[in-house]
Amino acid sequence: MHRYIVNRLLLVIPTLLGAAALVFILMRLIPGDICLVRLGSGGTSFSADALAQCHAEIGIDKPWLLQFGQFIWGLVRGDFGISMWSGKPVIQEIATRFPVSLEVAVLATIIAVAIAIPLGTISALKQNTWIDLLVRTFSIAGIATPSFWLGILSILFVLDITQAISGHPWMPSIDYVPLWKDPIRNLSIVMLPAITVGYRYAAVSMRMTRSAMLEVLREDYIRTARAKGLLEKIIINRHALKNALLPVVTVIGLEFAFLIGGLVVTEQVFNLNGIGRLMVLSVQNQDYTLTQALVMLVVTIAVMSNLVVDLIYAWLDPRISLK
Amino acid sequence: MTYAAPTPTGAAALADDTYIAPRGIWAATTRFLRRQPVGSIGIVIVTIFGLCGLFADWIAPYNPTANDFAAMTEAPSWAHWLGTDQLGRDIFSRILFGARTAYIVGITSAVVGGFSGLILGVGSAYFGGRIDLVLQRINDIIMSFPLIIMALALVSAFPNGVAVHVFGWSFHTGSVSTVIFAITIPLIPRCQRVVRSSALAIRTVPYIDAARALGYSHSRIILAHMAPNVVAPFLIMLTSFVGQAILAEASLSYLGLGVQEPVAAWGLMLQGGAEEYASTAPWIAVFPGLAIMLTVFGINLFGDALRDVLDPKLRDR
Repeated sequence: MHRYIVNRLLLVIPTLLGAAALVFILMRLIPGDICLVRLGSGGTSFSADALAQCHAEIGIDKPWLLQFGQFIWGLVRGDFGISMWSGKPVIQEIATRFPVSLEVAVLATIIAVAIAIPLGTISALKQNTWIDLLVRTFSIAGIATPSFWLGILSILFVLDITQAISGHPWMPSIDYVPLWKDPIRNLSIVMLPAITVGYRYAAVSMRMTRSAMLEVLREDYIRTARAKGLLEKIIINRHALKNALLPVVTVIGLEFAFLIGGLVVTEQVFNLNGIGRLMVLSVQNQDYTLTQALVMLVVTIAVMSNLVVDLIYAWLDPRISLK
Repeated sequence: MTYAAPTPTGAAALADDTYIAPRGIWAATTRFLRRQPVGSIGIVIVTIFGLCGLFADWIAPYNPTANDFAAMTEAPSWAHWLGTDQLGRDIFSRILFGARTAYIVGITSAVVGGFSGLILGVGSAYFGGRIDLVLQRINDIIMSFPLIIMALALVSAFPNGVAVHVFGWSFHTGSVSTVIFAITIPLIPRCQRVVRSSALAIRTVPYIDAARALGYSHSRIILAHMAPNVVAPFLIMLTSFVGQAILAEASLSYLGLGVQEPVAAWGLMLQGGAEEYASTAPWIAVFPGLAIMLTVFGINLFGDALRDVLDPKLRDR
């Protein structure tokens, strides 16, 4: 087990280094010169010295290898450089927006798990009935629905409902307030985006729960439990669900990375000032210091969630680490 | 002692339980449609949208890019079946042409990404050793990017398309090609991984050793002997890729980083003011999204049915 953990941890380093190299190269392929855009944004003329000074400020006058070395060293120290567009430290830009995205992601996970496990279990228990058909349709629709469209529809729904009830259409404020300061206002801001993102997440987890439950329900030990006269409720909760949850936990962990991807689009719909929206802005502004830092942040979250899932899986099922 | 030669009657008796007669494509298709009614619904949906995209020039009642400022945000009517958008463009016509964009991006990305993944996956399993090790590490790196993030990074690197220079002949690709490229790249390792795991089992089968002993080239063994044996997982994956690519294209276009105006695309239709007009002209937001959802829904239904047929172990799950 210890050897497995060490091997798995060591595998993270080349993956993250490779991802950093890939991001670094991609950002250097962006055509055009950010300094030309910055200096000439107001239609003003500028000297060659000003351009050279701008290049030196950003650090793009140095050879690529040196720039890459500095980028990696910065990542190790948590220093992502200065945003080329706003001129503020990237870490500061990310730090102000990260709590919003994290809260939506955590809330979406809670919603997804709360929907997926009971519905997936019921669907498996009622296999090939109308309930099963309904749940499966609901889950396939969840995978097929673009999150941004669901977001727009939910905005439309809230506007119509509030119009019908109070006579005035209402939408929650877009100014983020931390949960501990004003829980009601906070939840009114993050709830809709969390449901929007959580639906797809729930759909994928629901399919996995159903599939895993169907497999477990055919096992000999379930037949034995039934033969010895155990209550169906005990068989489902204590014997079947516990074992079926293993692959479900994996899917939930792996989907967390996709959830971050989903936030990129959803935050745009709801005007949420999170890291997803920041990433779109940074790409639009060709701010590659910010883009590469944000991509690395998302990749690190994805790699780490994969690592955590693998380690939990190996702990729950010791056969994995023996392979 | 004499033995009677097998008779047609004997063969007919066998046919009842064990003998499976070879079937043509038509027979296999009708059998699929009969046995997989839900999957058939998926095929019908996908075919309808496919035909709409293919014959959009003939079916569409209006030019999808023509503005009509006298008919802005008009509700659905006989003149405009699905209403008009904020620039007076007919939404029905734009959805038909949007189907073309979605299918071009979806099918091209899935096929190019899928086949590249197939060859790399089978090749990786066949050669093993260092080649396999290096390819798998590259796979790990690309797969650590969520699909939309990778596509965003690629789109940001090539925002104005890609300039291609081949043998003195050069051309510049448009926004659709950039989107296809950005979606194809992250699909390759996803396919490669699945195909490789299936191909690893085939690598040790005696007929591959026999092919080697006969002196067949590596490419012949990979393409003619190994690849056909991983077709089942490959086809299932390919179907799901089409849906994923259509969703990714819609997301990128919605963010303003995918297909650019004046090309009609479903995601782009939702970008241009769908939220702004959500309460006064909800049809602008509802119909393009419905088109995306229905198409991907149909593809997923078909994919599930295909999985049931090709992978009997997963049937009823």
